[in-house]
Amino acid sequence: MKLPRRSFDALVIGAGGGGLRAALQLSQADASVAVVSKVFPTRSHTVAAQGGINAALANVLPDNWHWHMFDTVKGSDYLGDQDAIEYMCRAASKLVYELEHAGVPFSRLDNGRIYQRPFGGQSQNFGGDQAARTCAAADRTGHAMLHALYQQNIRAKTSFFDEYFAIDLLKDEDGIVTGALVMDIETGEPLIIEAKTTLLATGGAGQIYRTNTNAKINTGDGMAMALRAGIPLQDMEFFQFHPTGIAGRGMLLTEGARGEGGYLLNKDGERFMERYAPHAKDLASRDVVSRAISTEVREGRGCGPNGDHVMLKLDHLGEEVINKRLPGIRSMAKTFMNIDLAHEPVPVFPTAHYTMGGIPTNRYGQVVAPMGNTPEEEIPGLYAVGECACVSVHGANRLGGNSLLDIVVFGRAAGNHMIEYLRKNRYHKGIDESSIEQAVNRLQRWERSGDGESIPDLKREMQQIMETYCGVFRTEDVLQEGVEKMLALEKRLENAVLTDHSMVFNTARIEALEMQNLMAVALATVHSALNRKESRGAHSRIDYTERDDVHWMKHSLYSMDGHAMEYKPVRTKPLTVEAFPPKPRVY
Amino acid sequence: MRISVYRFNPETDKEPYMESFEVQETQGMMVRDALLLIKEKDPTFTFRHSCGEGVCGSDSININGRNGLGCITRTEDLKQPIEVRPVPGMPIIRDLVVDMSQFYHQYRAVKPYMIRHDPVPEVEVLQSPEERDKLDGLYECILCGCCSTACPSFWWNPDKFRGPAALLQSWRFLADSRDQATTERLSELDGPYRLFRCHSIMNCVDVCPKGLNPTKAIGKIKQLMLKNMV
Ligand SMILES: Cc1cc2nc3c(=O)[nH]c(=O)nc-3n(C[C@H](O)[C@H](O)[C@H](O)COP(=O)(O)OP(=O)(O)OC[C@H]3O[C@@H](n4cnc5c(N)ncnc54)[C@H](O)[C@@H]3O)c2cc1C
Ligand code: SF4
Ligand code: SF4
Ligand code: FES
Repeated sequence: MKLPRRSFDALVIGAGGGGLRAALQLSQADASVAVVSKVFPTRSHTVAAQGGINAALANVLPDNWHWHMFDTVKGSDYLGDQDAIEYMCRAASKLVYELEHAGVPFSRLDNGRIYQRPFGGQSQNFGGDQAARTCAAADRTGHAMLHALYQQNIRAKTSFFDEYFAIDLLKDEDGIVTGALVMDIETGEPLIIEAKTTLLATGGAGQIYRTNTNAKINTGDGMAMALRAGIPLQDMEFFQFHPTGIAGRGMLLTEGARGEGGYLLNKDGERFMERYAPHAKDLASRDVVSRAISTEVREGRGCGPNGDHVMLKLDHLGEEVINKRLPGIRSMAKTFMNIDLAHEPVPVFPTAHYTMGGIPTNRYGQVVAPMGNTPEEEIPGLYAVGECACVSVHGANRLGGNSLLDIVVFGRAAGNHMIEYLRKNRYHKGIDESSIEQAVNRLQRWERSGDGESIPDLKREMQQIMETYCGVFRTEDVLQEGVEKMLALEKRLENAVLTDHSMVFNTARIEALEMQNLMAVALATVHSALNRKESRGAHSRIDYTERDDVHWMKHSLYSMDGHAMEYKPVRTKPLTVEAFPPKPRVY
Repeated sequence: MRISVYRFNPETDKEPYMESFEVQETQGMMVRDALLLIKEKDPTFTFRHSCGEGVCGSDSININGRNGLGCITRTEDLKQPIEVRPVPGMPIIRDLVVDMSQFYHQYRAVKPYMIRHDPVPEVEVLQSPEERDKLDGLYECILCGCCSTACPSFWWNPDKFRGPAALLQSWRFLADSRDQATTERLSELDGPYRLFRCHSIMNCVDVCPKGLNPTKAIGKIKQLMLKNMV
């Protein structure tokens, strides 16, 4: 089959904050860049980020990058790689100033500097008093960042392929990634994009769970593309449940709400976080707060007729603070719950939020995998950043405000490294026909007709299984059952069919392709969870309640082939400072 | 609950038509939820949507004659049967999906990005809270296009009139104490069409799901232009 083909120096798959920051770096260095996104760039889910981005600017309280580093290592439950964490925390201020120069309308302090608010897991002086490290544009920081980054890319003349869906990576004869097969959603026509270097920036996979804070498009496509290209996924058992999703609906109420002084109450009106985290209270790390809420509910202290949630109280902050600092969530609570949070508390419950695991990379954004010699061999020309990647700065539990930072820091780093790679690799290497054929087959598989189950039914079932068998609290038996159920569901997905085979803007076909990706990512998650026999960060095992640094201070690597698990050591050595050795984690 | 939706598939239909569906209305249901139920009955039914919470701007549609976002429009507030059509004035791709190219083109044409001629400092460019307040009601735009596709001036001249969304963004940068391209921005908007086609009909203000006020922004640009002329 002869397919149309376009050629660029660099291909960036994903136009969220991560992809756009990398593309900007490349475009400004005069590389030709194609950015492919299945939605118009400003509709990427970075737009939904509310609370802010961390950097030790010290505009409000004393701060420095080293304290930020300590908090991030501790927050990660010592699974984060300390070289990458040092790199990120050192770069943070520069990257935030850059965003400000790019036009992000940060909220301001009276002296004209960027406004910063306290967020969970932040401390001064290595575990001392609460810090205020999260730079915010009201509670619309992600929106402000994404729009500014898109705008700067317009200025830099980046080429955009809006509403193109990436199907799979393409390789040359030696197995080096040399582009991707994409599909123009409007026409249904496939297109080959050839590139000397490729970046995956496709975001998270919150849609594997039923109740989540993610958009419909967060289906883990890049992670699944990596798996199919033979690259393992790292640390997939660590899925973050955000403590304050709107109960029963899932929309997020930012941690900034507690940062501004809000707190949680159980049915007795008790401020229960004081029991779980006497020092940090409501601003303990997310895994800690989510477990506390789940425990309150399990032990019968939940609110409402079914006792299935707790309350987030904000009405004591006053209308002025709420309108100034939290206008977005006020209108969200009004729209979806008909509650004015300036006057009454809102029901909340932990909700699937963030994929800590992902495509393994080093701190330059290069994808690394065990390819024979060492566990971290660089895959030439292939990069990954953002929520689809695992560099790993979040380890077993991400701190709020660190993901918006992660995407710009490593988006920029990857862009820079790709520029260097382009200097050494001046010519296209070509694409192997068999690799094109495989990708096209994945598309054509959905031309089948006849009897078969429907995609929406299978998706619902998968989300339910993941929520029931791979949620906040986990045990061997339940996870084992989850694995079996998911494997059975995978078989059924093989026989699913589409009834709509039209070409033009066929969203049913897109959803089917996404469902295959979700399935691959969900399988990675539940397998990795079953195999990790300890509790660490967001992975909480009732049958192994303790963190086990002797046996388990290591990264998981899940491969699609035979659902095989491998492990590799945590990078505990920072770049310049002394390592933070594992300690019991109290807040 | 009955809901009637606009259908057109260019591969099979000669003419667009309205199709009616019966769906189960639930407590707190949004129009997007209803459209999803229709899609389960008929997988060929097509519309854009993503975040489900009014922040991504994907699902601008015309509901009972008024532009809005499906995901934050409650069905219980609407007269039934509900009629859902694509936003007006744009080429139809399929069902509720329209071609937004003109709209995006006009957005890009106003240079919607910060321009500074001075070298930037190593830290933030200072901005007082009062200066920052001027951006409220401007930067929140989600580019949903509800406004421009409700604007008669935009329907007649989508290639020449920038439209309310793009002009709101133009003002967003003109109003920013950090931006240094006022003269360029204003001269780009001169002439009978780009800015001056707005006749303050206010449809745009009426429909903006984020409560923004493009007419006011357009008025401010006109004022500034006059001021800069004398
Ligand atoms: C509600 C919410 C609030 C949050 N608040 C904060 C916060 O306050 N602070 C913080 O630090 N973090 C926050 N986070 C986390 C943070 O926003 C995300 O982790 C981050 O924005 C992810 O950025 P990204 O660039 O990796 O991916 P995304 O922004 O998700 O972008 C993914 C891109 O990939 C494209 N794509 C995906 N698959 C394909 C495909 N197959 N073909 C073509 N294109 C594809 C999409 O179109 C999109 O452009 C929040 C997350 C949520 C959900
Ligand atoms: S006020 Fe101007 S921009 Fe708004 S709808 Fe009327 S003519 Fe269009
Ligand atoms: S001004 Fe309002 S209606 Fe217009 S594009 Fe922006 S958010 Fe949408
Ligand atoms: S789906 Fe995002 S605005 Fe409605």
